[in-house]
Amino acid sequence: MSSPDAPPAGVAPRRSDRSPWNWLLVLPVVVPLLVPLFNRIEPTLFGWPFFYWFQLLMVALGVGTTSIVYLVTKRSKTERLAAGRSAERDEGR
Amino acid sequence: MDGVNTVELTIFIVFFILVTVLGFAASRWRRGDNLMHLDEWGLGGRSFGGWITWFLLGGDLYTAYTFVAVPALVFGAGAAGFFAVPYTVIVYPLIFLVVVRLWSVSHVRGFVTPADFVRSRFDSPGLALLVAITGIVATMPYIALQLVGIEAVLKTMGLSGEGLAGELPLIIAFVILAIYTYNSGLRAPALIAFVKDGLIYLTIIVAVIVIPAKLGGWGVIFGAAQDKFTAAGAGGVILGGPGQLGYATLAFGSALSLFLYPHSITGVLAAKDRNVLKRNMSALPIYSLALAFIALLGYMAIAAGTTPVGTDGNTIVPRLFDGMFPSWFAGIAFAAIGIGALVPAAIMSIAAANLFTRNIYKEYLKKDATPANEAKVAKIASLVVKLGAVAAILFIDPQFSIDLQLIGGVIILQTLPAVAVGLYTRWFHRSALVVGWAAGMAAGIWMLYNVPRMGPGGVVVRQHFGGSSFSLGKLGFDTTTTVYAGFLAVLVNLVVTAVVTFALRAMKVDDGVDGTAETDYTAEREDPSVRDLPDPLESAPPGVAGGAPSRG
Repeated sequence: MSSPDAPPAGVAPRRSDRSPWNWLLVLPVVVPLLVPLFNRIEPTLFGWPFFYWFQLLMVALGVGTTSIVYLVTKRSKTERLAAGRSAERDEGR
Repeated sequence: MDGVNTVELTIFIVFFILVTVLGFAASRWRRGDNLMHLDEWGLGGRSFGGWITWFLLGGDLYTAYTFVAVPALVFGAGAAGFFAVPYTVIVYPLIFLVVVRLWSVSHVRGFVTPADFVRSRFDSPGLALLVAITGIVATMPYIALQLVGIEAVLKTMGLSGEGLAGELPLIIAFVILAIYTYNSGLRAPALIAFVKDGLIYLTIIVAVIVIPAKLGGWGVIFGAAQDKFTAAGAGGVILGGPGQLGYATLAFGSALSLFLYPHSITGVLAAKDRNVLKRNMSALPIYSLALAFIALLGYMAIAAGTTPVGTDGNTIVPRLFDGMFPSWFAGIAFAAIGIGALVPAAIMSIAAANLFTRNIYKEYLKKDATPANEAKVAKIASLVVKLGAVAAILFIDPQFSIDLQLIGGVIILQTLPAVAVGLYTRWFHRSALVVGWAAGMAAGIWMLYNVPRMGPGGVVVRQHFGGSSFSLGKLGFDTTTTVYAGFLAVLVNLVVTAVVTFALRAMKVDDGVDGTAETDYTAEREDPSVRDLPDPLESAPPGVAGGAPSRG
């Protein structure tokens, strides 16, 4: 997360995409690839073998984790504007 | 079956005319005085917001060919064909952090293509040329395959005459598409994507409710599929032991390659800001949900006893709709597939034209090209690309395009070290990237060459280019396990690139000047350094690629 009074470099404010929350994204990438985990018929759900409904569930895992990471790492518009303005001001100095 | 179904055909044509009108109207929006529309439909200062990006990227990535080929694969092979679902689930978290960096640096430096980025980042027009050519070669057969999607629908409606006259509907469809893309640029597919996806979702929802009810429920559908595979002695509703690693590597490799395709990057760069992209990474998996149901249409076809038209497996889904729906609704479903082919074909041809104009024409053929020259060349290139696709389908066996597209997925992956890894680090040496690219390319094509296609009963139908599952037994391992060839090829590429980089760094070989600054990669739309990208077809690029002065 950037803060408006972080020291800007040049015209573009210095920011970072790093966040511990990003590690959450490992989950929906790794779990759908662990094929032995779900490569079976039982338990079935509404007639669907486990193999199919489990992978459908992974869609929800993907949506859930990316939404969480987006929400907690989001920069507010005022924050973004302020960072840009302070960078511009420093440039003019 | 020989007669033409007039109800289906009439509805199909009505939708096609509607879309054609929209395609041409899209260009008029730009010339109008209404600023709101200007803002929305131009790619320039007026980039696409959340909804349009969702429809555009969804329409771009989930193509008509996917909609006919994935269920056809499930129909034939069972669980192995379902890889498309994990593939399109893992892709979004995988690239969540990567695409926003690409968006930022492209908007600060004015990059329009991935090759623009590579040229500036690694100070190497040669490497950029390789990336551009790889992108064009991988995209061309993909465009041709969209025609295979339309063809499957036309055949089912009974329009399968012999010779050139029989192909006339296909030619007309593509010529119209070519003209309005030429005319309206990226705004045409963006607008048409709304119609396409609306029809696709409608068709899927109805199919998922109506067809299982008619067939006696999901249990019956999966049961029929299991019986078929047991009787055939091949395939199955779950994976066999040796196929599991192949399933996971194919899903992973395909996910890595999806956003390296030029048409994906065109869609990404058209977004308004980083948040639009991040929100879309959460919202796009809704298409994967739809894709899962589409894949299962393959099992429904088994349960319903559907047979393809002739030997064309791709007609399975249209034939299923034909048998299950009243003609008027089958017509709507066919229109969904037909229009579904137009959106990606348009975006792909624009992306290929951009690569040609920016990284080949301007770089090597006419260095002093004016912006007007460039725009003109891009528009003509987009026409040539589409005519090439039609010619490829008409005059060469469509199987050739399918084989080429298979290779396309493997070769586009070879741009990963330069484009995707390059967004994070400049440690790889530019010359090492060229060597790694060549090694990965050679390894990938060699592996694909050594994949035979097996027919029923383990008979080899074709010796070479029979699929993308490479058997590790070929490397001398005592196993029947298969791995996705592209995955192995990109590993070869990465290892070679790293080793050669070590050597070149030890010898202190010059690695050029980075044309980008670290702060470029996190820039937000509100920053003074961020600029608007041009519409790929309507206006000129802002200066030469990487020509912006280095800051910071």
